[in-house]
Amino acid sequence: MAETIIFQSLPSRPAPVNTEGLVPWVKSNLFANWQSSIVTIIVGALLLYYVPQFINWAVITATTVANADACRAEGVGACWGVIREKYRLIIFGRYPFEEQWRPLIATLLMVGLLVMSCTRMFWKKWLVVAWVIVLVAFFILMYGGVMGLSTVPTDRWGGLPLTIMLATLSIVLCFPIAICVALGRRSRLPAIKTFCTIYVELIRGVPLISVLFMASFMFPLFMPQGVTIDVLIRVLVGVTLFAAAYMAEVIRGGLQAMPKGQAEAAASLGLSYWQTQFKIILPQALAMVVPGIMNNFIGLFKDTSLVYIVSLYELTGALGLALNSDADWRPYKLEGYLFIVAIYFAFCFAMSRYSLWIEKQLNKSKLR
Amino acid sequence: MTTETPDNIIVFDKLNKWYGNSFHVLRDINLQVKRGERIVICGPSGSGKSTLIRCINRLEEHQEGHLWVDGTELTDDVKAIDKIRKEVGMVFQQFNLFPHLTVLENLTLSPMYVGKMPKKEAEEKAMAQLKRVRIAEQAGKYPLQLSGGQQQRVAIARALCLTPKIMLFDEPTSALDPEMIKEVLDVMVEMANQGITMLCVTHEMGFAKAVADRVIFMDQGQIVEQNNPHDFFNNPQTDRSKDFLSKILGH
Repeated sequence: MAETIIFQSLPSRPAPVNTEGLVPWVKSNLFANWQSSIVTIIVGALLLYYVPQFINWAVITATTVANADACRAEGVGACWGVIREKYRLIIFGRYPFEEQWRPLIATLLMVGLLVMSCTRMFWKKWLVVAWVIVLVAFFILMYGGVMGLSTVPTDRWGGLPLTIMLATLSIVLCFPIAICVALGRRSRLPAIKTFCTIYVELIRGVPLISVLFMASFMFPLFMPQGVTIDVLIRVLVGVTLFAAAYMAEVIRGGLQAMPKGQAEAAASLGLSYWQTQFKIILPQALAMVVPGIMNNFIGLFKDTSLVYIVSLYELTGALGLALNSDADWRPYKLEGYLFIVAIYFAFCFAMSRYSLWIEKQLNKSKLR
Repeated sequence: MTTETPDNIIVFDKLNKWYGNSFHVLRDINLQVKRGERIVICGPSGSGKSTLIRCINRLEEHQEGHLWVDGTELTDDVKAIDKIRKEVGMVFQQFNLFPHLTVLENLTLSPMYVGKMPKKEAEEKAMAQLKRVRIAEQAGKYPLQLSGGQQQRVAIARALCLTPKIMLFDEPTSALDPEMIKEVLDVMVEMANQGITMLCVTHEMGFAKAVADRVIFMDQGQIVEQNNPHDFFNNPQTDRSKDFLSKILGH
């Protein structure tokens, strides 16, 4: 009998063409072939032409003096003085000037807790207690009427605190509603299924503006005499219900993508419907649609700017309020808008980065 | 007529099932399974093998006839279903492990939430089951970090954590690389020798010959033939089973 041949594996060696590093990246992304080289050159030329102009306007010839006459002088670029002059009105809206430390503290508290809530280290039971305390503190600080604080009615609330409060509360409240509606649309019980479907289709069929109008102007007509619900709460409910319908569909997408075997395995182990949903299906389904969920949250954050049509002046509304009423500064709206663009961008970019981090965390179980 | 006796842990009585209105997937199934019996079910694809065993833990519901499992009849009664699912473990072709939970968490989930077992006890029991399937050192990993054979052994251990009286296997080796089939079959043979009632849909004829008390051959939703493995393989009675065996044993 012939002797067995011993198998020997070849040693591994590096790839012949270097694909990592700056030069290969530039080559393959910017100058891969003649078409992409032409596009790269055109875009590069445009950037070279416009970027210096923008920098010239925004930095070199700009002025930061809070004086409208200085801005009108010949050869002056951006007039950042408008922000110096009006920033308190833009950020706090119509909130009484001397009391603006209250929304400042309230907002810092809320943002601080938001950041904490996003960190795994703090995912403990007391976080819920902390939220209750901060929300109560937020409303006491904002509304006043106790502990020697003067009362500030909700129609005077405005600017960034209002934006953050509306966005935070509607995000937190819409999420559980959306989960229930998404599960409901897949329910085997016809009544629940129909109700959830009608809810989603109705809300998605109308613009947010009309929901806000209904909440603000029509809803009080149906209330019994003498009963009033604060406009802020009505608007909050409107925004929340609106966002929940969209969110529900994103979550339903995740539920649809779950392989049937997961629910079957859970059933075969004796888990109940709710145990299956909360322990098995939702954790995986939600992880799959994190980009969609965050997309909606970011959209919701910016949609709050629509509440100006029911006379609540959040950040965008407050900018209009600050500049429209002042003929001296009205021409410098562009600078004002760039200012709030920066604020919106900071928040939305943070949310988007956070969503990437979450995705990474959730994908850990999938890495080999 | 009822053939339900203390000896029979599963009794199918003239059971019929349809998918939708027209697909008659199980036709007049009569089957008694004795306590501790090891049954292998084979047959061409679409013959209703998987549906048959999935009726036993109510992953599928039947429309006609009766089905008793360990003395409880399966109906729409949720309590009966819950009771039976605690006594019936199932292993799937695609493993169906929960990818977001570690191996250990996969095993402790049901004892903790269904069996109301304290976490520590559930973990001890889970580790014992993992040792039984020889995979204890992987307890902290996530399922997708394991090979197919390892995943299927974890799935078997998970099904055993509720100490079921009956184990159902739905083509447990069909999704595995050839090199991994043996490690899963070894675990199943070991289990078979410990006296648990087993129903196994498989085309591993070696396994059937080694451990089965009875082989059931199904086609077109019917039980065509059943016999002990020796006689079934050497002396099939129907033309349909002869044809089937010639195809799967032919090369």
